[in-house]
Amino acid sequence: MLLIRCPWCGPRDETEFRCGGEAHVARPPDPQALDDAAWAEYVFIRSNPKGWFRERWVHAAGCRRWFNAERHTVTHEIRRTYSKE
Amino acid sequence: MTAFRLPDGGRIDRSQKLRFHFDGRPLEGYQGDTLASALLANDVFLVGRSFKYHRPRGVMSAGAEETNALVAVGEGGRLDTNSRATMVELYDGLVAQSLNRWPSLGFDVSAINGWLAPFLVAGFYYKTFMWPRRLWQSLYEPAIRRDLLVVGGGRSGLREALAAARTGARVVLCDEQSESPATTSTELSALPNAVVLARTTVFGYYDDNFLCAVESDARRQRRLWHFRAKRVVLATGAHERPLVFGGNDRPGVMLASAVDTYLRRYAVAPGKRVVVFTNNDGGHQRAKTFRELGIEVAAVIDSREGPVITRTLGGRRVEAVEVGGARIACDLVAMAGGWSPVVHLYSQAQGKLRWDEKKLCFVPDTCRQRVRVVGRANGEFPDHGIEPLWEVNADKAFVDFQSDVVARDVHLAAQEGFASVEHFKRYTTTGMSTDQGKTSNINALAILAGATGRSIAETGTTTFRPPYTPVAYGVLAGRDLGDFLEPIRVTPIHDWHAAHGAVFENVGQWKRPWYYGPQMHAAVQREAKAARTALGVLDASTLGKIDIQGRDAGRFLDRVYTGTFSNLAVGKARYGLMCREDGMIFDDGVTTRLAENHFHMTTTTGGAARVLDWLEEYLQTEWPELEVYCTTVTEQWATVAVAGPKARELMAEIAPGLEDLAFMTYREGRVAGLDARVFRISFTGELSYEINVPGDQGLALWQAVIDAGTKHGIAPYGTETMHLLRAEKGFIIVGQETDGTVTPYDLGLDWAVAKQKDFVGRRSLTRPDTRRADRKQLVGLLPADPREVLPEGAQLTEVDVALPRGHGSRPVPMVGHVTSSYMSPNLGRSFALALVRSGRSRIGTELYVPLEGRAAKVRLAAPVFIK
Amino acid sequence: MRFSAFSLLRNAFTGHEEWPPFWRFPEPKPSYDVIVIGGGGHGLATAYYLAKEHGIRNVAVLERGWLGGGNTGRNTTIVRSNYLWDESAAIYEHALQLFETLSEELNLNVMLSQRGVLNLAHTPGDVREAVRRVHANRLNGIDAEWLDAKQVKDFCPIVNISPDVRYPVLGATLQRRAGVARHDAVAWGYARAADALGVDIIQGCEVTGFDIAGGRVRGVQTSKGTIGAGRVGIVAAGHNSVLAAMAGVRLPLQSHPLQALVSEPVKPVHNCVVMSNAVHVYVSQSDKGELVMGAGIDGYNSYAQRGSFHVIEHQMAACLELFPIFSRLRMMRSWGGIVDVCPDASPIIGALPVQDLYINGGWGTGGFKATPGSGHVFAWTLAKGEAHPLAKPFALERFTTGALIDEHGAAAVAH
Repeated sequence: MLLIRCPWCGPRDETEFRCGGEAHVARPPDPQALDDAAWAEYVFIRSNPKGWFRERWVHAAGCRRWFNAERHTVTHEIRRTYSKE
Repeated sequence: MTAFRLPDGGRIDRSQKLRFHFDGRPLEGYQGDTLASALLANDVFLVGRSFKYHRPRGVMSAGAEETNALVAVGEGGRLDTNSRATMVELYDGLVAQSLNRWPSLGFDVSAINGWLAPFLVAGFYYKTFMWPRRLWQSLYEPAIRRDLLVVGGGRSGLREALAAARTGARVVLCDEQSESPATTSTELSALPNAVVLARTTVFGYYDDNFLCAVESDARRQRRLWHFRAKRVVLATGAHERPLVFGGNDRPGVMLASAVDTYLRRYAVAPGKRVVVFTNNDGGHQRAKTFRELGIEVAAVIDSREGPVITRTLGGRRVEAVEVGGARIACDLVAMAGGWSPVVHLYSQAQGKLRWDEKKLCFVPDTCRQRVRVVGRANGEFPDHGIEPLWEVNADKAFVDFQSDVVARDVHLAAQEGFASVEHFKRYTTTGMSTDQGKTSNINALAILAGATGRSIAETGTTTFRPPYTPVAYGVLAGRDLGDFLEPIRVTPIHDWHAAHGAVFENVGQWKRPWYYGPQMHAAVQREAKAARTALGVLDASTLGKIDIQGRDAGRFLDRVYTGTFSNLAVGKARYGLMCREDGMIFDDGVTTRLAENHFHMTTTTGGAARVLDWLEEYLQTEWPELEVYCTTVTEQWATVAVAGPKARELMAEIAPGLEDLAFMTYREGRVAGLDARVFRISFTGELSYEINVPGDQGLALWQAVIDAGTKHGIAPYGTETMHLLRAEKGFIIVGQETDGTVTPYDLGLDWAVAKQKDFVGRRSLTRPDTRRADRKQLVGLLPADPREVLPEGAQLTEVDVALPRGHGSRPVPMVGHVTSSYMSPNLGRSFALALVRSGRSRIGTELYVPLEGRAAKVRLAAPVFIK
Repeated sequence: MRFSAFSLLRNAFTGHEEWPPFWRFPEPKPSYDVIVIGGGGHGLATAYYLAKEHGIRNVAVLERGWLGGGNTGRNTTIVRSNYLWDESAAIYEHALQLFETLSEELNLNVMLSQRGVLNLAHTPGDVREAVRRVHANRLNGIDAEWLDAKQVKDFCPIVNISPDVRYPVLGATLQRRAGVARHDAVAWGYARAADALGVDIIQGCEVTGFDIAGGRVRGVQTSKGTIGAGRVGIVAAGHNSVLAAMAGVRLPLQSHPLQALVSEPVKPVHNCVVMSNAVHVYVSQSDKGELVMGAGIDGYNSYAQRGSFHVIEHQMAACLELFPIFSRLRMMRSWGGIVDVCPDASPIIGALPVQDLYINGGWGTGGFKATPGSGHVFAWTLAKGEAHPLAKPFALERFTTGALIDEHGAAAVAH
C-alpha cells in the first residue's frame, strides 16, 4: 500500500486514491483536425516506461482533486507530487 | 521414557497445571508451555508424517521455523490446521491432533461443511485499520524520527525500542512469542508512548514502510494490524540450520538451539543422552550447557575435526548414530549447522542481501526503505570458526523436510539443467511448503552451488515473499464479509417496499425493488398493465443526480453530452448521451435547466459515481478554465415517478396547478404538501411525472401518492416492469442495449448527436470501423410464436439451427444477439430488442434464434412497439 | 530421452545418473534466422513451432532472466476458451485444442486437468451476459453450459449459494473442457522440445537495443553482444513496451502488477475452477493441495513483481463470501507478475512499423491459457511474414480503425 502525498491533504494511504495513468497528455484542441492514426495515438497510446513516470492521481476518497506524481515504476518511490507543472 | 520435565527451572508456572488432549490422549502441561514443549515433556515425539514418503517426523525446532510438528488445533469451526506445535501456546482444554498424513485437514469435505455454521455466527475475527489513537495522531507529525516500529522483542529489539521511547518517540514493538525480553521489561511497559504487542507476527513488509501483523491471544483469537511507520527496526534474530546427513529427519533429531530452549525456557529435556553434531564452535558450547543441565552428552561430532554422522538408526525415534562405521547410542541428536539471519522482512522490503563468507550466511546489505536491521538478524554473532559442511553424502539426507527433498534430488536437478535457483526450487519444490524454506533454503542453495560449480553468492537466493508465516484467510478478510463486503444503499422508501412484498435486485450497491412478488411473471404482467391502463408508481430515487452550477455549465454540458445543452431554455429538460473518447456510449440521462447557470443532471443508477468522477476529471484536468461546480445530490432527493393515463388526474389532486406541465419541462411547487421539483419526463412512454422531494420526505410523498392513487388502481412497479415498459417504446438501457462497443448511431439515436460541435468521443465516430454500414444496429424482434419469450443474451443466425452440443462443431456465423426480451401484456405477445448486423436494413426479414434442440424464428421490426 | 514409466524405473535402478539435461546453455551465434525475445511460455512455444512446423531451426530465444520465470511461472494456471467474440473464441479454442494433446506432443506431462471452469453470475445483468456467452460459444463449436444456482452447487459443493449473501450466486456458465495445467511444465516442455530441435535458448541475456537500418531490423544488441537476425519477435509480456520503445515504437499497453497467492496445502476439497468477475475471485486447488487464487490488478503502472496488500485483503473477503469454509485456511505465499494490458483486453499479434519486427503481447491477465495457440500462430506469422488467419484480427491497426475486440465483458452499467 503506497503512501501518497496529496498536495492538499498531505500523505494518505493509497486506498484513498485512484490512479489516472500518464500525466501531461492534453486532449487535442481540435480532434476533427487529426487523422485516424493521430487520434488513436491520443485515445489509446500511453507511455509505459520502466523507471520514472509522471502520472495522474485523484484523491477520490478525500478532497477529490486531481494531481500529478513522479513515481518510479520499479521501486514505487514517489519523489514528488504536484498540482501544476 | 526418555524425555522429561526437569525438576526445577524454566519460565513455566508449575502452580498452574493445564490439561489438554493430543490425538485423544489426555495430557498435562504447565502455564507457559507451548504445545511442543508440553508434548516433549510427556515424551510424545512422533507428531506428524511427511508428505511424499510418509516418514515419521518429530519436533525439530522451538519456533516459527518449525517444519515437522504440524498439528490441527481446536475443533469444529475453531479448528486451525497445519499449526506449528512450537508456536501454539498451551491453554487449559486445548485439543490437538497430529496430521496423519501431511498435508492434511485430517477430515473430509463433509466434515468441513460443518465449519460453516460456527463461522457465520462467530465474529471473533476483526481487524483494525488504526493504531491506538494516540499513535495514529502521531503518524503524520512532521517529526519523522518519532515513529518507530520494532519487529522482534529480543535484547536488540528491546534496546532499540527503549532508546527511542526514552526520547519521547512513539514506539510499537511486536514479538511473535508470548514472552520476550520486551514483554518482561518493566521500563518499556512504564513508558506511555511505547506499545508492546506479544504473540504478534509481522508477516509482510510492503512499500513505504507499510507492514502487516497478526496478533493472537493465548486462545488463538486473532486480529490484523496495519502499520505505517516512519522508521522500522528489524530485530528478528536468526534461525539455526540443520545439517544434511542420512536420516536427519528421524524424530529425536533437533536443532541444538531448540534443545537449549526446551531445557532452559520450558525445563524440558528432550532426551537423556545427546549427540551433538556441529560444524562450528557453537556446538561445543551447547554441549557444555547440556551437561550443566544434567543431560548426558554422548559425543560431539565436529565435522572440522574428523568423521561425521553418516546416518541415524532407530524406528520412530532415534536410537543411535553411525560415525565412521561406529555406532553411538543416543536418544537425541542436536544439530548446530550455523545460523541464518531472519532476513525475510528485509527482503520483502526490497532490501538487498550479501553473502558473508566468514559466517556462511546471507546478511542485510542495502535497502531503499527507512529500515535498520540490528542484532543477530544483521549477522551480529560470532562466526564460531564455522566451516562449510553442506551435506554428508548419504541416503535419505533431507534438505527440505516437509517436501521430502533429499540432497540427491538437488544434484539430480542440477544435472538436468535446473541450475537457476528459481528453476531448482520449482523442480524439486524445495522451500515451497508451509515453512517456506526457513531451515532448508540455505542448505539447498549451497548444495546446488556445489553441484553446478558456482559460489553461493553467484547462485543467488530466491525472493522471500509475504507472508513470513502463513496467515488465515479469515484474519485478512476481517469483517468485510456479508453485508460489509460492499456498502448496501437503500432509498428512503425501502422499508415500504419490503413490507409490500418487493423482491429486490442488486443494482451496483443499491437495492431496488425488482418486482412486487411473490412470482415475477404474474407481478410484471399486473404491474405493466396497471401502468399502461391506469396508474403505476416507481421509486426512482436511485437514479444518479448531479447538481451542476456555474457560469460555463452550459458550455461544459455541450462537451460531455453528444447533444447540445447550452441552448436549452430554462425550465426545459433534454435527453443526453455520453460517450467515452472511443465513441462508445457509457451513460445516459435527462438533464434539466433549472436556471441560467444551474442544471440538474440525471444518470443511470449504476453509473452515477462513475459519471461524477468523469465530469470532475475533465473539468479539473482538461478544462480548468471553465467555471463549473458538480455536486452529487443523489441521496438529497427522493424521486417518485408516477406514470399512466390517470397520472394527470392524480397530480391535479395532490399537486393542483402542476398537472398541466408540458412534456420535457420542469417546475417547482408543492406536491401533497411537500416542497417538490416536478419533471414531466417519461421513461415508460406513458404520461409521467417524476417528483423529487428532499430525501427524508420521500416516504411521505410515496405514501401520499399511493393513498391518492388507490381509487385509480395504482400499482407500484419494480425495475423489471420499468424495463418492459421502456422496451415497448424502444428506449435503451445503458449496459443492456450497450456493452461498451455500441455507438449512438448503432442505436439509431442520431437525433441525440449534435453535428456542429465537438464532444467527448465525437472524433471516434468517424473512424473506418465506426463508419461501417454493417455494424450491429438496434432492432425489434417479434418471435413467430407470440408466446415465446426469447432468452436475453441469445444469439441470432441466418440459418435454422439448434445450439450445437459438446464441442468441435463447425462455427455457425452469428449476426447479433437479443439484448432485452419480454412478454408484454399490452401487446398481448412477446417481443424483444436486439443488436443485429446491418439490422436496420433487415427490418421485415426473418432470422433464427438457436435454442436447445431447435431454433425460434423471429421477424425483425422497428424497435418501437407502442407508438 | 523419451520420458516414460519405463525410463523412470530404469533410472531408479541406475541411481538416476542417466537423466540428461532438459536443455543446453549455449552461447549466442553471430546471427539467427529468427530471434524471439522472451523465454516465457509464449516465446518458447513460438520457437518450438518455428522449428517443428516451419523447419526454421536457426532460432534463438533470448531470455533476460531464467526461462519461464515471468508470468508463465506466476499465473493461476487456468485454461479455458469460453470467450465471447468470434475472434477471441477462435484463438483460445485453438490453444485449448493444442493443450489437449500437449503432453504427448512435448513428451512431458503438463498435467492438464479438464476439471471444468465455472464463471459465476450474481446479478440479472451477469445472467444475461452469461447466456450470451454460452450461446456464442456453442455456435462457435465450444462446449458451454448454463447452470442455475442449484446445479452450481451440485457441480461445486463447497460454493455458498445462499440467497442471503451480499451478491448471491444466480447461476454460472460451465466449460467442462476447461481446467488447469502445470505452468512450469508447459514452459519446460516447450523449452526442452525446442532445444532438441536445435533452438538456442539463451538465458541471462538481456536485450538492450535493436539494429535497425533502412527501416528494417537487422539484429539485436544484448548483454552478450550484438546478434544478427532475419526477423525478430517480441514476446516479453510486461516488458513489451520497454522493448518496443527501443525500436521507436509506442504500443497501447500498460504494465500493471497482478497478484496471486496460494494457501497451505489441504486434502482435495475443491474439484473445479470457480471464477467470479463481479465478486472478483478465481480459485482452484493444485495437485499439491494448495488453493491457488488470483487477485485483481493493481491500479498503477509497475515493473515490480509485487502489488499492494489491500488488493489481497479485498480478494480474501470476496473469496470467503463464496467459500466461507476457507476461513481458517492460511495464505502461505503471495507474489506478483507484470501484465501488459491492452485497452480492449485482447492481445496484439502481428507486424510492427519496423520491417521484420513483430509483436505478440498484450495478453494481460489471461495469457497462460493461450500459450500453445499464441506460439503456434505467431510462429506462422514470423515464418511467413504475414499474419496467421487467427492472428489477423489482433493486429495493431485495430486501434486506428476502431475494430477493437472488447473482452472486458459487458460494462457493468444498469439503469
